[in-house]
Amino acid sequence: MASATLGRRGNAAPFRSRERRRANLRALIYLSPWLVGFGVFFAYPLISTVYFSFQRYDMFSLEPVGLLNWKYFFRDDAAWTSIKNTLWLVVVMVPLRVVFGLGVAQLITKLKAGAGVFRTIFYLPSLVPVVAGTLGFVFLLNPGTGPLQAILGAVGVQSPDWFGDPAWSKWGLTLLALWSIGDLMVIFMAALLDVPKQLYEAAALDGASAWQQFTRITLPVIRPVVMFAAVTGVIQTLQYFTQAMVAARVASGATDSAGSVFTPGYPDGSTLTFPEWLFQEGFRDFAMGYACVLALILFAVSMIFTLILLRQFRGFAEEDA
Amino acid sequence: MKRLLVLSAAAGLFLITACTAGTETSAPKIDASATSHEPVTIEFWHGFSADNELKAFQDTLEGFNKQYPWITVKATKAVQDDQIIQSVRGGNPPDVALSFTTDSVAQFCKANIFQDLNPYLTASKIDASTLFPKVIDQYTQYAGKRCVMPMLADTYGLYYNKKLMKGNEPPKTLSELADLAKKLTVKDSKGDIKVAGFVPTSQMYENAPIHTGVMVGAKWTNPDGTSAVGGDPAWKTLLTWQKDLTDWYGYDKIEKFRKSFGDEWSADNPFNKGQVAMAVDGEWRNAMIAADAPDLDYGTAPMPVADDQAQRYGAGFIAGTVIGIPRGAKNPEAAWDLVKYLTTDTSALVTLSNAIRNVPSTLPALQSPDLKKDPNFQTFLDIFANPNSTTLPAHINSAFNQQTLQEAQIKWESGRAPDLNAVLAEVDKKINDKLKLTAGD
Repeated sequence: MASATLGRRGNAAPFRSRERRRANLRALIYLSPWLVGFGVFFAYPLISTVYFSFQRYDMFSLEPVGLLNWKYFFRDDAAWTSIKNTLWLVVVMVPLRVVFGLGVAQLITKLKAGAGVFRTIFYLPSLVPVVAGTLGFVFLLNPGTGPLQAILGAVGVQSPDWFGDPAWSKWGLTLLALWSIGDLMVIFMAALLDVPKQLYEAAALDGASAWQQFTRITLPVIRPVVMFAAVTGVIQTLQYFTQAMVAARVASGATDSAGSVFTPGYPDGSTLTFPEWLFQEGFRDFAMGYACVLALILFAVSMIFTLILLRQFRGFAEEDA
Repeated sequence: MKRLLVLSAAAGLFLITACTAGTETSAPKIDASATSHEPVTIEFWHGFSADNELKAFQDTLEGFNKQYPWITVKATKAVQDDQIIQSVRGGNPPDVALSFTTDSVAQFCKANIFQDLNPYLTASKIDASTLFPKVIDQYTQYAGKRCVMPMLADTYGLYYNKKLMKGNEPPKTLSELADLAKKLTVKDSKGDIKVAGFVPTSQMYENAPIHTGVMVGAKWTNPDGTSAVGGDPAWKTLLTWQKDLTDWYGYDKIEKFRKSFGDEWSADNPFNKGQVAMAVDGEWRNAMIAADAPDLDYGTAPMPVADDQAQRYGAGFIAGTVIGIPRGAKNPEAAWDLVKYLTTDTSALVTLSNAIRNVPSTLPALQSPDLKKDPNFQTFLDIFANPNSTTLPAHINSAFNQQTLQEAQIKWESGRAPDLNAVLAEVDKKINDKLKLTAGD
């Protein structure tokens, strides 16, 4: 009897194991497109980046250098300048964009007439290609020939050298970011129109002021959207590149002629962002090993903000439940 | 599972290493095409894009076709160094590639992006030391490899607007230049500059330190590649002179004026429009003035020199276009025929020089009776032949070194960094640190 039981068990276990293997294989086949994509486009590049960060790599030859690239990071003034600038943009530009976007959306949703016209006026700049928009801004704010200076000059005021003075250059970029606020404005408008009207009616009956209605009703209801705008804004700003590069290049007057060199960040490194320095090191100075160190740092910081975003959304979902 | 992970990691690392190896080519059969005459098509990438340049290039390639009828050249215009590097990395480079800047030459040689041409020169019995002026060796070779050849050269001098000069002779020393610049400057009632005698800041089009350093005979690097900037008093002389003249204008005023200029490469160049009386520029400006401002009455002269270096007057900065055979070129023998023709054939160089007004880069071409000469262009031929003229020797961080000094110079001339010694010491530190990163032990 015992042996028969053992025998039955002995036959069933391989069968179950075979079934499990088949099920695993099926799952793997279903997952394979994602696995291949993950491996080729994420895992392999990430492993390569870590590996290259310990190499002197000029995109042609490899030479192991231990921690040289990592140590260089701590004494690379330009890298730290770029970190400070990027943080400035995160701390100043992102909140201003959120506040301005929310303010514009709030105003337009309250308009009784002409809302469509204003919505279009504020949204259109976000459709302008980034390079064209930046070129236009540098031209508009040019202290020598720009229209802004022409207007200010007529009343005897000298416009600052927006993209030529390190004290003003990041503000110039912030102004550009506020001008192209259309993307955020649309998201905020959708959120604001979603706030139940009866909440405002009840609050008005209780004698709540407009400010109280905004802070006690509007903001709590649209909080997930504000959080989304802020965190995605931070992640985008950590990758801020094109506007800073184009503005600096045009303002510096650098040309592509032999002997004419250009370093992003003009003037005095005041617009140098972290991704720009990464690009410069990797693809201009061919220090790809060191650029990999910068890429890993950027990846780590971006991941932290992504995790914050995910955690916040999980929190909102739990609150809703 | 663990075994799988280890295997995957090993395979990944193998893949990474394999992907960086690039394409090695076997030793070329030099000059084989000269005897085989098998029809062959070669790819040629160059950076020329202006209509007059393309026309001149086409004329020159027709001359090549007459000499080498079995070689068809497929030319691609407006190519930058990045594209050349990526094509070599991707294993699909052109047979011949041309670069407008000498900044990448050390990188081209060190990483074998371009092939060493010394064996080709030996096989073709070409003696580079007698064919090219000596200064060219410094920007076509690195660590014993000659991975590019010079195809035309650029020299820099002083252009002056005769009408705005009001009868004054071009200055020969920095003091004379500063005095004349002040004398010729016109300001309006608000103090805004209407005409500048000379714009001294490093941000002015061709005033980069690579071009102006020669006015004081300044050195960039020591023989071991480390920075010589902080230790060479010539840089202090130049930067102090520039700052003094900038302060005379007022930095904000001169910047506002500079920002009103049109594009350097267009007809709106401020020299064409009479906004500046004197400007540092390359020899190519002669052709551009002829095209864009034919009525402009101007002259050319060597750049002024430091007051205590009068014997160096006549010298200037020299660089040029370079051309070579990328690693992995499919037809290196035919490619060499084209490189040899474009860089050593007198008639090819003279044709190109006459059309786009660059300086021909071989000694026989300089002496060719077919070379069109006029007093304004002759100035640059003389600068090219001057033994005191210098170039920026090939350096692995050439572009970075220039950027670092120019950034420091902008901080200094704007007054945002008041201590010149500290500014130059910082330049030394950055250049030396970067050298350790890219080429140190």
